[in-house]
Amino acid sequence: MSGSDPILQVKKLIKTFGKKVVLNGIDLDVHKGKVIAILGPSGCGKSTFLRCLNGLEDVQGGDILLENKSLVNKATNWRLVRQRIGMVFQSYDLFPNLTVIENILLSPLKVQKRNRQEAENQALELLERVGLKDRADDYPRQLSGGQKQRIAIIRALCMNPEIMLFDEVTASLDPEMVREVLEVIAHLANQGMTMLIVTHEMNFARLVADEVVFMEQGSIVERTPAEQFFTKPNTERAQQFLNILQF
Amino acid sequence: MTEALPFYKTALWVTLKLAGIGIVFAIIIGLLCSVILYFKIRILTNIVRVYLEVARNTPLLIQLFFLYYGLPKIGIMFSEEQCGIIGLAFLGGSYMAEVFRSGMEAVSKTQVEAGKAIGLSNTQLMRNIIIPQAISYSVPGFGANCIFLIKETSVFSGIAIFELTNTTKNLMGIFYKTNEALLMLVIGYLIILLPLSLFLTWLERRVRHAEFGN
Amino acid sequence: MLNSAINVLFEGRNMYRLIEGLLVTLKIGFIAVVITIVAGFVIGIIRTSKNKMVQLPFRIYLELFRIIPILVWLFVIYYIVPANFELSLSSETVALIVFSLWGTAEMSDIVRGAVISLPKHQLESSKALGLSIVQMYQYVLIPQAIKRVIPPMINLITRMVKTTALLTMIGVVEVIKVGQQIIEVNNSHYPTIAFWVYGLLFFLYFCICFPLSQLSRKLEQKWAV
Repeated sequence: MSGSDPILQVKKLIKTFGKKVVLNGIDLDVHKGKVIAILGPSGCGKSTFLRCLNGLEDVQGGDILLENKSLVNKATNWRLVRQRIGMVFQSYDLFPNLTVIENILLSPLKVQKRNRQEAENQALELLERVGLKDRADDYPRQLSGGQKQRIAIIRALCMNPEIMLFDEVTASLDPEMVREVLEVIAHLANQGMTMLIVTHEMNFARLVADEVVFMEQGSIVERTPAEQFFTKPNTERAQQFLNILQF
Repeated sequence: MTEALPFYKTALWVTLKLAGIGIVFAIIIGLLCSVILYFKIRILTNIVRVYLEVARNTPLLIQLFFLYYGLPKIGIMFSEEQCGIIGLAFLGGSYMAEVFRSGMEAVSKTQVEAGKAIGLSNTQLMRNIIIPQAISYSVPGFGANCIFLIKETSVFSGIAIFELTNTTKNLMGIFYKTNEALLMLVIGYLIILLPLSLFLTWLERRVRHAEFGN
Repeated sequence: MLNSAINVLFEGRNMYRLIEGLLVTLKIGFIAVVITIVAGFVIGIIRTSKNKMVQLPFRIYLELFRIIPILVWLFVIYYIVPANFELSLSSETVALIVFSLWGTAEMSDIVRGAVISLPKHQLESSKALGLSIVQMYQYVLIPQAIKRVIPPMINLITRMVKTTALLTMIGVVEVIKVGQQIIEVNNSHYPTIAFWVYGLLFFLYFCICFPLSQLSRKLEQKWAV
C-alpha cells in the first residue's frame, strides 16, 4: 500500500432496514491522519454509517476497504477489525461491574492478550493525560458523565486503533462537561489520529476537522474542507442547514 | 411428641438435601437454556422452547409418577430420590431459564455494543458484561423460584420420599397427634423458608447496590 | 408388548372413566376459579387501602399461603378439621376450600398490584378534563386495570389447574386416580401399561395448560404497557 492510498475506502455503500433505504450509495475515502466531521439533520444516516464501519450493522450493498482489504464478506473477523477501528458511543457505556482500570484493560488483556504490565502502563499513562489517574480504582457509578466519557475514549484508545469513530459523544452530556471531552478529542487530532466524528457541536467541528461531510437522507450531499464549509459551503442544502443552527 | 423429633430432623434434612441438589441442577439447566435463547443459536433454540413449554405446563406430580412408575416399564429405573431430583431439576430448570433470560435481556443493548466495539467475543461478552449485570436483575425472580422449588418438594410424598410432608402424614398415622404433627410440619417449612426469604431480600439489596449504587 | 398396552386405554369404559375423572377435576377447578375471581377482586380492592390495620390480617393470610405448600394445606384441612371439629368433610370439599382460599389470596395480590400500578398522572389529567369520578373509573382506570389483571390471572388459573394433580393425594377420584386404577387392573396382563397411562396424563395436562399459558402470553404482549 503506497503512502497516498486512503486507509479506509467506502464504495457505494448501501444499507437498508427492511424496505427502508437508510444509506443510499455512500462513497468516501479517508486518508491517514485526517479528521472528518460528519454533519447532517437527524435521520440522515450518519450514525448508521459509522456503525457499518465497525460491523455493528450489516450492509446490503457496496464495499468497505480497510487498507485495500474488503470488509464486506463473510470471512471478515470483525473482532480483529474492531481492534483497528475503535468506536466511542453517545451512551458512554462503561461496564458497571468493573473499575475504571479494569474497564480499560479488558480488551488489551482478554482480546489482544497483551502483557499485563505493558498494558497497565499504557492505560495509566493515558489516564494521566486526561487527569483521571487517581480515579483508576473507582467504579463508574462514582464518576460524572464527562469523566465516564473520557474514560470510554481511553478504553478505545488502549487498543491502539488506527482509526477512531466518534458517534455524537457529547450529546448526552451536561453542557459544562462537553468541553473536557472535546479537549481530549482535539488533542487526539493534533497527534495525528485518523478520525470520523459525528457531532452537532459545530464550533468544535470547525476547529478540529480537516474536512466536513454533509449528509442528508442517506446520501453525501457535499464534501468540503472544514473552514470552507463553515464560511461558504458548496451546496444550498448545506447553507440552509447552517442557517438553521444560527438562532 | 418429642419421640417424633428425630424423624422431623431427618425429614428436614431430606427436604433440604433434595431441594438443594435439584436447585443446583435447575440453575445449570436454566443458565444453559437462557444463553442459548439469548444468542438465538439455531436448532437448540427450538429444542429449548419445546422443553420450556412442556416443563412449565405439566404438574410436578405427573412428572414424578412418569419417572418413577412409567419409565421402569421401558427399562429406565431411577431411585425415588433420583426421580425427585430429576423432576425438580426438570421443572426448576424451566423457571430458572425464564428468570435468567429476562435478566440478560434487561442488560442494556448499548452495554453489549460497547463490549462488541472493543472486540469481545460472544463468550467474553457473556462472562464479563452480560452475566454480571444480569445477576442483579435476576435475584428477585431467582429467589422466588428457590422458594417455590423448596415448597414443591412436598409433592415428593407422592413417590414415597420421606421429606417433611410425607413424614408428617405417617407420624400422624403412628401417633394420632394430628394437631401437633401438622404444627411441626408448618414450623418445619418456616424454618427453611423464613431465613431463606430474609437472606434473599438482603441479597437483592446488596447486589443492586453493588451494580448500580442505589 | 409395548404397543398392545396402549390399546387398553381405549378398551371398555376406560376412556369414559378417565374423562369422568377429568370432569371432577374441572368441576372443582371451575368453582374454585369463580370464587377466586370474585372474592379475590373484592379483597384486592380492600387491600389497596393505606390503613395498616386493614392491611395486616390480609397480608398474613397471603403469606400463609405463600410459605406453606398447597399439598400441606390440603393435608391440614383434610386431617385437622375432622379431628378438632365434629365435621366430616369429603375430599372434594376440602379441595374446594383450599383452592378457593389459595386462589383468592393470590388474586387479591394481582388486583392490588394492578390498581397501585396505575399511573397517578392519569387521574390528574382526567380531573383536569372535567371527568367525574365514575367516568374516570369507567373510561380510564378500569380498562387499564383489566389489562394488568388478566394475564397474571390466567397465569394463576393455569397454576391452579396444574395443582389439581395434588388432589389425588387426598383421595379425590379424579383423572390420576382413575389412571392408577386402570394400571392396577391391567398391570399383570400389560406390564407396560403404567408408561402409557402416565404418559397420557402428562399429555392431557399439557393440552389443558399450554393453551392457557399461550393465551396469557399473547394478551400480555398485546396489552404491554
